[in-house]
Amino acid sequence: MGLKSKLHQFKEKNRDKKWLPAFSAIHTFLFLPNETTHGGTHIKVADDLKRTMNTVIMAMLPCLIFGMFNAGYQHHLALGEIQAVTQGFFSPEFWTMDNFMVGFWKILPLVIVSYGVGLGIEFIFAIIKGHEVEEGYLVTGMLVPLIVPIDIPLWMLAVAVVFGVVIGKEVFGGTGMNILNPALTIRAFLFFAYPTWMSGDKVWVHGAKERANQIATGENLDAISGETILGSLAQNSKEMVDSATDIWNAFYGFIPGSVGETSAILILLGGLFLIFTKIGSWRIMLSSVLGAIAMGLIFNGVVDTGIVGESSKFYGLMSTTWWHHLLIGGFAFGIVFMATDPVTASQTNKGKWIYGFLVGFISIMIRVFNPAYPEGVMLAILLMNVFAPTIDHYVVRGNVKKRMKRLKVKTA
Amino acid sequence: MGLLSKKDAALIKDPLADNNPITIQVLGICSALAITAQLKASIVMTISVIFVLGVGNVVISLIRNIIPSKIRIIVQLTVVAALVIIVDQVLKAFSYQLSKELGAFIGLIITNCIIMGRFEAFALGNGPWKSFLDGVGNALGYGIILIIVGFFRELLGSGTLLGFKVLGDPIAKTGLYAFGYENNGFMLLAPMALIVVGVLIWVQRSRNKALIEDH
Repeated sequence: MGLKSKLHQFKEKNRDKKWLPAFSAIHTFLFLPNETTHGGTHIKVADDLKRTMNTVIMAMLPCLIFGMFNAGYQHHLALGEIQAVTQGFFSPEFWTMDNFMVGFWKILPLVIVSYGVGLGIEFIFAIIKGHEVEEGYLVTGMLVPLIVPIDIPLWMLAVAVVFGVVIGKEVFGGTGMNILNPALTIRAFLFFAYPTWMSGDKVWVHGAKERANQIATGENLDAISGETILGSLAQNSKEMVDSATDIWNAFYGFIPGSVGETSAILILLGGLFLIFTKIGSWRIMLSSVLGAIAMGLIFNGVVDTGIVGESSKFYGLMSTTWWHHLLIGGFAFGIVFMATDPVTASQTNKGKWIYGFLVGFISIMIRVFNPAYPEGVMLAILLMNVFAPTIDHYVVRGNVKKRMKRLKVKTA
Repeated sequence: MGLLSKKDAALIKDPLADNNPITIQVLGICSALAITAQLKASIVMTISVIFVLGVGNVVISLIRNIIPSKIRIIVQLTVVAALVIIVDQVLKAFSYQLSKELGAFIGLIITNCIIMGRFEAFALGNGPWKSFLDGVGNALGYGIILIIVGFFRELLGSGTLLGFKVLGDPIAKTGLYAFGYENNGFMLLAPMALIVVGVLIWVQRSRNKALIEDH
């Protein structure tokens, strides 16, 4: 008797055990379950939830690996041990084993904690509720390490994951029922709970905070700081972003930032992959970009009229050209991987256009007008998550009305 | 229960758990969100509401037969307003700092829906003794939630309880902070109070399934 049928027999024997959902969750990772549907319609599709989730993870993997290289690169660069990249995306200074290992040993624990804690909760809830383990956390678990600063303490991450999964998802009924994107709920929790670890110029480069403490105690007097472009723009210091190389660096991702969100080009590739596999909605991605461009152009226009002078505290971000806004901060990552979450986004096609446009529009608005929250895209997506069902409701109502009118014309 | 008959005891006990004004009737939420960042403020608010609701219920109950029903809301408002002013003045006189911290929220006890709710639902139809018990019971039910929420928010948000540093000193890094623990700033913001109240509702309903409303 082969392993496959043995596993099925094992499952049959323990049918009424409480822990069975946990077993079948792992079982179905590798084998097809032998249950068949009885009665009703039979639809056979290849892309079940697990495969959908795995596709998204595949789209994010380049960002993760790039993030590991970038973590090491930023760290070594800040210490003055290596030169800045000069030869574009494939600069040999960047793709060194040394860089990779620094990032690898910092980011691997983040991934392990994120998955360990999150899936642990999923298993516990599945056993309590007596249903199959839901796959929803697979993507969240990969998103979370990509959107946090590299030096975030692991216990904070664990607390935030518990909060995000339990309060953001399980209380609403689990995967598919949540109102807010769980990964962003986790990030928002961290952002409001431990702001000193989530913003400022001391958190984006590995080791920066430690150095700052050493300066305070007099052990070491060379500070390393790694302000994000967004952060320095919010403080009106423009020298960092004036040169063209910096814009290319932002596009390639050789800039400080959250672990996996810096490389616009890899996010773009991931986005194209999602569109190609029909997992991510191109409507949402495109309309978000349009929304951001619209807001960016409005701000640029306002600056051109001269109402907002250089002395204004909004000048730095307001005068940032509209296409530059798309490259900096977590905007690209947010709209490709998080605004497109099929559960929390609008469901109707027209709704997706409205939802996406407002995500982009509000992202840039929060970014410019609230320097305390430079990462507007997180708050914009969470806000629009809340409004998505309302948008859908009115889109559907509008449709019904239109059809009713047609019906009346016919009967009349 | 020698002092109270069974029925009277229920007036006190029910609002504490199965008919709690906050977690079951979902009244008085605003102040539960606003002032529970510190345990001390929660306790002062609880005492104030016990006074206002207990005395208010008795007053309304005593005059229930002479209030013309058309203007009863105005009469009730006058009674609450008078009592709240007393509380406010007492606080200002004896604990000015605290009265400043609580700010408008003492004055806003007037708008606490639990108070008008108990006047309307209970004091207008029952004798003074029963109304007194009902008032105190409901205020205690309200207060117990405030104190639980205040306890968690102050402990996790500031690492203190009633102002005492129970988790060590965050600046000198003693106690828990020596291990890298940090206060959770989110706990001090109003949304977290809403979530803590939500978790209490969840815990209560999963312990007593009869409380789950089905729609």
